[in-house]
Amino acid sequence: MARSMIEIKDVTKIYQMGETEVRALDGVDISIKEHEFVSIIGPSGSGKSTLMHVIGCLDVPTTGQYCLDGEEVSDLSENKLAQIRSRKIGFVFQQFNLLSKLSAVENVELPLIYQGVGVRERRERAIDALTRVGLGERCYHKPSELSGGQQQRVAIARALVSNPPLILADEPTGNLDTHSGEEILEMLTDLHEKGNTIVVITHDMEVAEATERMIHIRDGKITGDEEVMSA
Amino acid sequence: MNVSQGFKMAFASIFSNKMRSFLTMLGIIIGVFSVTVLIALGQGATASVTESISSMGSNLLTVNIMSRRNYDITADDIERLAESDNIMAISPYAATQATAKAGNENMDATVEGVTPQYLTIRNFAIAAGRGFIQNDLDRRFRVAVIGVDIADELFNTRDVVGKTINLSGVEFTVIGVMEEQGSSMMGSDDEHIFVPLTTGQRLMRNTQIRTFYASAASEDTVKAAKAEIEAFLSRELRSGPDSAENQWMIFDQSSLLETMNQATSTLTAMLGGIAAISLLVGGIGIMNIMLVSVTERTREIGIRKSIGAKRRDILFQFLIEAIILCILGGLLGILLGAVVIKVLGNILEISASMSANVVTLAVGFSMLVGILFGLYPANKASKLVPVEALRYE
Repeated sequence: MARSMIEIKDVTKIYQMGETEVRALDGVDISIKEHEFVSIIGPSGSGKSTLMHVIGCLDVPTTGQYCLDGEEVSDLSENKLAQIRSRKIGFVFQQFNLLSKLSAVENVELPLIYQGVGVRERRERAIDALTRVGLGERCYHKPSELSGGQQQRVAIARALVSNPPLILADEPTGNLDTHSGEEILEMLTDLHEKGNTIVVITHDMEVAEATERMIHIRDGKITGDEEVMSA
Repeated sequence: MNVSQGFKMAFASIFSNKMRSFLTMLGIIIGVFSVTVLIALGQGATASVTESISSMGSNLLTVNIMSRRNYDITADDIERLAESDNIMAISPYAATQATAKAGNENMDATVEGVTPQYLTIRNFAIAAGRGFIQNDLDRRFRVAVIGVDIADELFNTRDVVGKTINLSGVEFTVIGVMEEQGSSMMGSDDEHIFVPLTTGQRLMRNTQIRTFYASAASEDTVKAAKAEIEAFLSRELRSGPDSAENQWMIFDQSSLLETMNQATSTLTAMLGGIAAISLLVGGIGIMNIMLVSVTERTREIGIRKSIGAKRRDILFQFLIEAIILCILGGLLGILLGAVVIKVLGNILEISASMSANVVTLAVGFSMLVGILFGLYPANKASKLVPVEALRYE
């Protein structure tokens, strides 16, 4: 029996927009185990971004419980959340979110800097991570000198470098052409096969079908949870 | 995140935007520059005033009798004061305006009647010829010792010993030329025409002594000497203690020095204060740019936070950046100031130099400005909510 990675119980997230309340998440229950490869799929406005923020510890739920990798995180302080993000989660964003003034390897080093890893070990691990995503030759390029697919691979290397238990990808192929998108998906599949827990948030059915399990979300509620039949 | 990493990040950010960083620093550069230059010049001026006053002899006492009463103090009475252990030398003094002529040249000058001790008391040295001796006074010789400016003006040469000078129609023989003194705060010290006191009194048709100079035996006896002179004056002038103040005035160099120092240090402090205001304005400039920079880099902050940067890390990053900008600006300001002080010191002929105190103060102050004005923007950056910061375009 695999360990539980994400345990979300009756989570709601309410935003106050002027006079009206917006229930972005409304009684969500999700349970994801270690080594799973899960997609959370829903149209825009369904609350999937909010869910991503809660799962990624970028935001806390209004009510409900969230247990990540055995740690209760639903009501932690901002600093504790930063520590959790640093230790447990590797982010891959739709916009890549690389720092344009830093080279690829410096971008990958960033999470290690905040973990307090020494200079030499940092560089070694960053180069190692870049090699794993096939960019060992391009360590010292700036993001602007790389293609979209390559930039996203740098972002994946950054997510991998600190060996977090969870990799959280938010529309990882959203800004890429079909070919690069497929490459990125293959890479994520590959990482999953090597034992990483991966959660992909997407509105793209093709992306969702590349994963093993699909969780549907609509209007802040879970509307479906199914195994993906591999073709 | 450790300190060296913070510095690396800050430098990277500062150098990635050189022009803006420089303009931001300019406020601090100008502030530190003006503080150091103005203080150094002020201190230089103070030093030169101090020097010129102490060159007059730090044991010097100048006595002015202002009594309107008809008193009878003779030069001999005054000279008897020198019998005291506290007073080394004393010289009665009388001066008058006269027209000095030699050949076809003439000028208005002050003719000063003095005794042989006078030149010693005032630290005046003879460059050529001789000074006065008692015999000159006893026999009322018509001899004169003159300063180099007088020699230049009337004779166009400094080789004037033995030549004749006409003072208000009376012919005098020049027996000595004083060493060049240079000019001080009090004006040129080379425009003197000295004659024996007795000869001078005859020229002035007045034997009343209103001024005399005394030299205390040492710096420690200045006070005692002053007291003795006061006792003498109150005895001679028969004045009660109440009216004493209006009857005479005794200046000693140390009180003069104190007054002058007070004046110049007030001036220095004022200039420094004005310059410090410009440093403050520079600090506000830093804060302004840092605030803009925080807004501009909102997304960067969001990214850093999402991959594990704590509030402290972000705060640190921006604060260090502000401090480095300030310190760099401060160092450049000091460098610029040092050059300008050197140049101005040469032009103004004062010994202006940048003291270590001022440098420490300037660097410390600019660092303080960096912390003070960097704290608000840095705090603002650190408080950004990651979700919102990531959404920022």
